[in-house]
Amino acid sequence: MGVRKRSLGFTAVLAASGLALAACGQSSGGGGDTIELTIAQNAIAGGKNAAAAEFIANWVIPKFEEAQKAKGKDVKVKFVPSGVDDEQYKTKLSLDLKSGKGADVIDIDGIWAGEFAQAGYIKPLSELVGPEADSWDGWQQIPEAVQGMATYEGKKYALPVGTDGRVLYFSKPVFAKAGLPADWQPKSWQEVLDAGAKLKAAGVPVPIQINAGTAMGEATSMQGVLPLLAGAGGEVQKDGKWTGASQPLKDALGLYQKIYGGGLGDPRLQQDAKGRDKSFQRFAEGEVGILMEGDYFWRGVVNPKDGIAKMDDRDQSVGYALIPAIEPGKGIRGQDFVSMSGGALRTVNPHSKHPKEAFELLAFTLSPEALKEEAKNGSVRVTPRTDVNKELLAGDPLLTFISEKVLPLTAYRPPVAVYPQVSVALQEATSAVVGGTTPDQAAADYQKKLEGIVGGAGNIAS
Amino acid sequence: MAQATSLPDTTEEQPARRYSEDAAGLGRLRAGAFTAPALALIAVFLVFPALWVLYLGITNYRLTGIAAADPKVVGIDNFLTALANPRFWNSTWLTVEFVAGSAVIGQAVLGFTIAWVLRDRRGPLRRIVEGIVILAWILPSAVVAFLWVALLDPRDGTLNAVLGLTDFAWLLDHPMLSIIVFNIWRGTAFSMMLYAAALGNVPPSHLESARLAGASNWQQLRDVVFPHIRGHVLTNLLLISLWTFNDFSPFMLTAGGPDGKSEVLAVHVYNEAVRNGSLGYGAAISTIILLINLVVAVFYLRLLRSKR
Repeated sequence: MGVRKRSLGFTAVLAASGLALAACGQSSGGGGDTIELTIAQNAIAGGKNAAAAEFIANWVIPKFEEAQKAKGKDVKVKFVPSGVDDEQYKTKLSLDLKSGKGADVIDIDGIWAGEFAQAGYIKPLSELVGPEADSWDGWQQIPEAVQGMATYEGKKYALPVGTDGRVLYFSKPVFAKAGLPADWQPKSWQEVLDAGAKLKAAGVPVPIQINAGTAMGEATSMQGVLPLLAGAGGEVQKDGKWTGASQPLKDALGLYQKIYGGGLGDPRLQQDAKGRDKSFQRFAEGEVGILMEGDYFWRGVVNPKDGIAKMDDRDQSVGYALIPAIEPGKGIRGQDFVSMSGGALRTVNPHSKHPKEAFELLAFTLSPEALKEEAKNGSVRVTPRTDVNKELLAGDPLLTFISEKVLPLTAYRPPVAVYPQVSVALQEATSAVVGGTTPDQAAADYQKKLEGIVGGAGNIAS
Repeated sequence: MAQATSLPDTTEEQPARRYSEDAAGLGRLRAGAFTAPALALIAVFLVFPALWVLYLGITNYRLTGIAAADPKVVGIDNFLTALANPRFWNSTWLTVEFVAGSAVIGQAVLGFTIAWVLRDRRGPLRRIVEGIVILAWILPSAVVAFLWVALLDPRDGTLNAVLGLTDFAWLLDHPMLSIIVFNIWRGTAFSMMLYAAALGNVPPSHLESARLAGASNWQQLRDVVFPHIRGHVLTNLLLISLWTFNDFSPFMLTAGGPDGKSEVLAVHVYNEAVRNGSLGYGAAISTIILLINLVVAVFYLRLLRSKR
């Protein structure tokens, strides 16, 4: 008796706690006929990507609500800010999407599309929204390669927010000190090393900054090992086979060895948890000669208006050059110069209660009108749309350079779910070389890890 | 590890009445009702998550990709992977170093020393020292970590400026030393307060007789003070060892870097589970950590119970 009574009491309490806990869950959706939408980005007013956050809050939301009102719909939109490392943003987003939460419209990095799609965190737009997703008029303006970023296994999962490209930046005043030209354009890796040697002789603390190691995460892959691999004629994955300890990989790691083993780079900066930001700061302070980066560096780092390492004289002091192949004609597709591109995607949360309206908001943020408006406050970037780019980029020499000179010769990462794990293995290989391991050994270790990641040696071409 | 204790039966304090089955049943029900909320909380926030981690440890669950949508049970694969992973062993040894250096040697010895030196003092010096030590302890660890990152910065850090060093990169060249010093600074207060209280229990007459018998300071400590505070010492060592073992704050200083040189187990789990998305593997390592914790706890408790 007693036992039964007690267990009954216990069950009652457990059930009550459960109810109380359930009541703590988030609730969304509005009362009445109001449609409430949320839009999230890794951007926050006064912090990371501040301009984007302010643009959404001050222009997109009022304009969109107004346009919906004109159609007789009462729509309220809220911006959900974040201002964290990309890795943390990815984790937060994954957990949100896993548990059926998150904003209605979300931004993701293009390279997450595969793993998010496989996990069921994002769904093909046409399934969620209907045929209007595929018939969106913007698609005609978006180049095939850029559309590819938003496509997984033949289905479109998102709209591309833009694309980018990588170049070699250099500091003109520092170059002048070392007797190097202001219109520098190296034609081979050796010419980069030669410039590095001259900068070193002139007392520049960090002659060359090419990201290495695991601390910088994907920045090491995109602004380091992948452009070098492409420059040596290699790709991380080709025709369904992954590249193992191949000659191009050994060449790329060999350049790391020459830079970091030869005193042309600062190995410590590569190990520092805040190394990438510190390298930006040091470039702005005139302590770095050459730095490989994406156009984000120009737009978001040394931007005289709102960069995180502002350079008031950016337009006069910061030079840029194409990334050369190891030797002319030895890059991928027989190119003289190479680059890598990525970009963000914006999509509709599969858990959205109002997918159609969410898609309208999504498409609105990528309308010519919105893209042009966003560029007005100085935050010009390469948009996904060729019709808008022509007009927008004319005022910005670097972005024009990216869209006209870099994008035609660029390469994209393989849009597959295991890529991020492969990328970490590549970062570890660069880290080993900077730490003194030989390129051959690091490449062999990479191949061993790769076998574990991609399901055996059968999927690797070496 | 948590033991459920039932409340003392208060029925006996009731006005005298005949003890009956019914009353006993009611008493039990009442006791059950009082303890149930606590038990429910323990179940929801401790037991269930722990069981969940045990389960995750035998799956290939990941944060994203196929294994997020459709995780498979893989048995002891994750454990075998961990045991074959040099990074896991590296983390294990670093954790031993971290616990031995910052908790057992650092916090306990320093805490005792401060308590011993201040035991008979009154006045401003004692208040200042205690204030500094306790302030370090009550500040949130995230705040303290940011403070230390700024302190240890090789170029603009206060510490290098004070010591006259230029470009001595604490966190990059001596990451373990940095997190050990940080943890000693942060955690000494607990040991100090515990020993201060314990030393108050040592009868002054015993110390007095020892002094009269010509015992040196060290002999007084060894033969008079320590036997009195043995239980406190072991309890203190157990608690700070377990806290340090599971401490995640080194992440805020070094994130386990450079290249895993300060990746203690708690940080290793985070890096694997959260940054690389291998949740199943991370859960397996968490299970291993739990086992190690149990061994450490049992070891100390045995010591505590022996020769009582």
